[in-house]
Order: sequence, then structure tokens, then C-alpha cells
Amino acid sequence: MTVALHDGTDVIASSSQVDARRHGELLLPAVDRVLGEAGLALGAVTGVVVGIGPGPYTGLRVGLMTADTFGLALGVPVHGVCTLDGLAYAADLPGPFVVATDARRKEVYWARYADSRTRVTDPAVDRPADIAEQVEGLPAVGAGALLYPDTFPQAHEPEHVSAAALARLAAEKLARGEELPAPRPLYLRRPDAQVPKNYKVVTPK
Amino acid sequence: MTDEPLVLGIETSCDETGVGVVRGTTLLADAVASSVDEHARFGGVVPEVASRAHLEAMVPTIDRALKEAGVSATDLDGIAVTAGPGLAGALLVGVSAAKAYAYALGKPLYGVNHLASHICVDQLEHGALPEPTMALLVSGGHSSLLLSSDITSDVRPMGATIDDAAGEAFDKIARVLNLGFPGGPVIDRYAREGDPEAIAFPRGLTGPRDPVYDFSFSGLKTAVARWIEAKRAAGEEVPVRDVAASFQEAVVDVLTRKAVRACKDEGVDHLMIGGGVAANSRLRALAQERCEAAGIRLRVPRPKLCTDNGAMVAALGAEMVARNRPASSWDLSADSSLPVTEPHVPGHDHVHEISGENLYS
Ligand SMILES: [Zn+2]
Repeated sequence: MTVALHDGTDVIASSSQVDARRHGELLLPAVDRVLGEAGLALGAVTGVVVGIGPGPYTGLRVGLMTADTFGLALGVPVHGVCTLDGLAYAADLPGPFVVATDARRKEVYWARYADSRTRVTDPAVDRPADIAEQVEGLPAVGAGALLYPDTFPQAHEPEHVSAAALARLAAEKLARGEELPAPRPLYLRRPDAQVPKNYKVVTPK
Repeated sequence: MTDEPLVLGIETSCDETGVGVVRGTTLLADAVASSVDEHARFGGVVPEVASRAHLEAMVPTIDRALKEAGVSATDLDGIAVTAGPGLAGALLVGVSAAKAYAYALGKPLYGVNHLASHICVDQLEHGALPEPTMALLVSGGHSSLLLSSDITSDVRPMGATIDDAAGEAFDKIARVLNLGFPGGPVIDRYAREGDPEAIAFPRGLTGPRDPVYDFSFSGLKTAVARWIEAKRAAGEEVPVRDVAASFQEAVVDVLTRKAVRACKDEGVDHLMIGGGVAANSRLRALAQERCEAAGIRLRVPRPKLCTDNGAMVAALGAEMVARNRPASSWDLSADSSLPVTEPHVPGHDHVHEISGENLYS
């Protein structure tokens, strides 16, 4: 859970906490704290940037819903940034590498990059062993890479994405006149749904 | 009239994204986006599907409600939201939206109880709630008998289902009869052409030693399913209309009998019925008949206000503002098992415990 305030030049205040269980409670107080640190009110914000995943759905929705609603209340644009892109940006690597985050269920969310600003594959969710060939020989960043050293022997920091990196990346892209993705979630998995066993149809019409 | 609090309410405890606007006890807007069609093929509400739908529907539904009400967000006196009980992930979408909206607008936030909201919504239909009021809440998620002397602070549980909710039983029987989902409206329709006395299905928890105000629908559900299966096994045609009517009669007989009994025992002369099952025509008719016979005034809101909606949340929020109840704090959490005895979640100093197990899956 991470919040940052960017003034167009650089990040002026930020807060990051790793507590995957309490996003719903912690996010708004963190926004309040970061704004307070900068001596500003939310009304001063001219745009909102939000990580669109891939990532755990519940936390993802807390972030997206908060950003969506800020945008509605303030009448300012809301931009999405792929969470893996934020990590890649923060990794600050010049050559090809991989970003992999923990997708649980023994899987990772991942994508390949030509450099810190250039993603070359769509974000995907896979078992580390199944993508070993595709990431072979490449350095890797992110918690998912650190978690599976067999697949990612060259794994290193940063482990988690920061809102500061998302904000810097978005500010850079917007300044260049680039379009950012819509603030809609990248779930990558279909919802788990048990289809109940149906009775055989013998009912008359 | 214009001094009455103007409140926007957000409801996401199940599969309806509801946003309502009220001024005091006057309904100004009731915008609902339902994901029920997406759940139909699963035969029940799938939590992850509901959470995804809430996220997509929220901003357009808030917009629609404000337009319908003809008010500006800046004029609001508060934002109310269902804090629980309900589906953890679904609740969290609404709570996140309400908190961000209230914070951005600089308005007080009121996290309120879904069940108390079901009762309070009747103020929009029939004016201020009598105090005390007995309330029978029946839906796919709950079946409770509640007594309230002040809807903002005192809701006392008299009885509740010990197994399935009444609405669940309707869904299950509709599925066994291949009538689709949700089961309530379609059973009601078939039952109108059937004989409610054709088959004597059991009345749960009505024995002399059973809890007086509690309900049980699991045994009835099984009895009806077995009866149907036996017919099919014998190669006979299932009399769908009679089964629907007899099953429905068993449900509403117990519900109304216990509700009227509770009113008499507590000396309460008003009975309010809410929740999705309150839209059932036979429940309304039998409750009317039995209340009249017992000298009890029956209050049932129109069907659209009985099912989950945002106006009911706004109605309770407006009552919180009117009675000067403390607002919730910015770390308000969704509580999937918020006790019915807590009509709202006031700001607090201690860290609130998360009760939803699947909240962060
Ligand atoms: Zn309900």
C-alpha cells in the first residue's frame, strides 16, 4: 500500500507500508498523511495515478475505487499505470530484464522489458517453471522473482512497487504527451466460480 | 424541509450496486446497477463476480443518482455506506468509494449497518418509524426478527434463521424445479396458479420446545427437494405450481406467525417487513391478514425499496445526521459480520479487527 504526491517536477511526499491485509483501512489515512506532510489539501491535486495491477484483486480494487472516486469528486483525470511498469521504472536497468511479482497459488505476474521504460510482452500470470525458458539468463526484479530463485537466479531489488515510481513514470509519460491506460484493473485471471450441479430437466413447461 | 439532512448512500453488500439520495425522510434518487444476470448461470451470487461488477458500476451509478436527485455533490450533508454485514470483498468496494468520496468532498462519512438500513428505508415510504418497531427482514442473505426503539442506536435481535436464509430456500427450490435464478419472483408467479394446501410441507421450528422467534428453512428445503425427486423417480409429472404454492406457504406461514407472535409478546403495535423476500405477494397478503386480526399496523415498503438499494443506506445516514451521531473515521473498514446490534460504526481510537476471512484473497 503506497501513496505519493508529485508536483510535476518530482515526488514531494510519500508513504509505503507492506500490509496486504489492511489496504481498505490504511489507504485513506495514508493519503491524508502524505497531503499533510506536503501542507496541501486534496483539492490541490490536478490528476490521479493508480496502479492497475496485475496484483491481488482486493487491494487492487481498493486503490482503483479510491482513485476513481477522487476523480469523480474533484473533476480531475484518473490515469492507470501497469504495476509491473512501475517496478521496471524503479529498477532503473539499461538492458533487457524481467519483472515478476507474487501472484500467489505458486504463480507470478510477469513481463519482459527491453529497458526500464520499455515493456516487450503483455503482463501474464504463470507458474515460474513454465516460463523458465522465456526468462533464462535475464536479471529479474520484484517479489515474485525473489520468491523463485530456481527460475530467477539473478533476482534483486526492488521487491515492491512504490507510488513514487508510478507517479514519476506517469508524470514523465504525460509530459511527453503519451496516453496512459484507463484506470481499469488487469485481473489476468477469470473469477473463481463454482457452477452448482444442476438437476436433470424433467419439469414440464 | 430543506433543513433536513441531504445524504447520499452507497450499498454494495451483495450483487446490487446501489446509490441513493435522500433529504431527511424524502426519497430523491434510487439508482441501482445489478449484476444478477452475471450470477444467473452460476445459480447464486459469486463474490468475485459481484466485486468486479461493483467497481465498474460505482462511478456511473453515483453520477446517475445525483442527476436523478437534481442535487450537487457539494450540497450533501454526509455520505453513508454499508459497512456490513455482507460479502467482504463487495462491501470493501463500496466502503472504499464512500471514504474517498466523502474525503474529497470534505463531508462526514457514516458507515452503517445493512440490516438497520433495511428497516430505516420504510421512513421514505411511510414517514418516521414508530418507536419501537418490530421488523421482519427476509432476503437471500438474511432472515431476522428485530426490535428497534431507535434505529440509530438500538436494534435488538429477537430471532434469526439457524441455517439458511428464506431467500436461499426460494433459490434452491427454483433450481430444483429448473425455474432459474433468482428464485423468489418466479416461485411467486407459479404459486399464484397453484394450491398452497396441495402438499403438507414441514414448518420449521414450530414445535412446543423450539425457539419461539428463530427460523429454520434447511429442513423444508430438503423435504421439498426429496418430494420432487421422488415424483421424478416414479416417472410422474411434477406439479410445479402446487409445489411452488405449498413450499411458499410453508415459508410465509412460519415467518408471519413468528413475527406477529413477537409483536404480541413485546406489546409492539407496528410490524415492518423488509428485504428482497418482502416483495413476495403471498408474504404481503398473509402478513396483512394476520396483522389486521391481531390489531397490528403493517408497514411494507414498495418492492424496489425492499431489495438492496442505496436509498436505504442514505435513509439511515440521514437519521444519523439528524440525531447527531458521530461520523465514522477514515480508517473505517468493511466488516462482513458486523453485528446487527451496531446500527453504525462511529469513529474510534482503537484498531478495528478485521472479521472477514476471505477479505484479502
Ligand atoms: Zn439485504
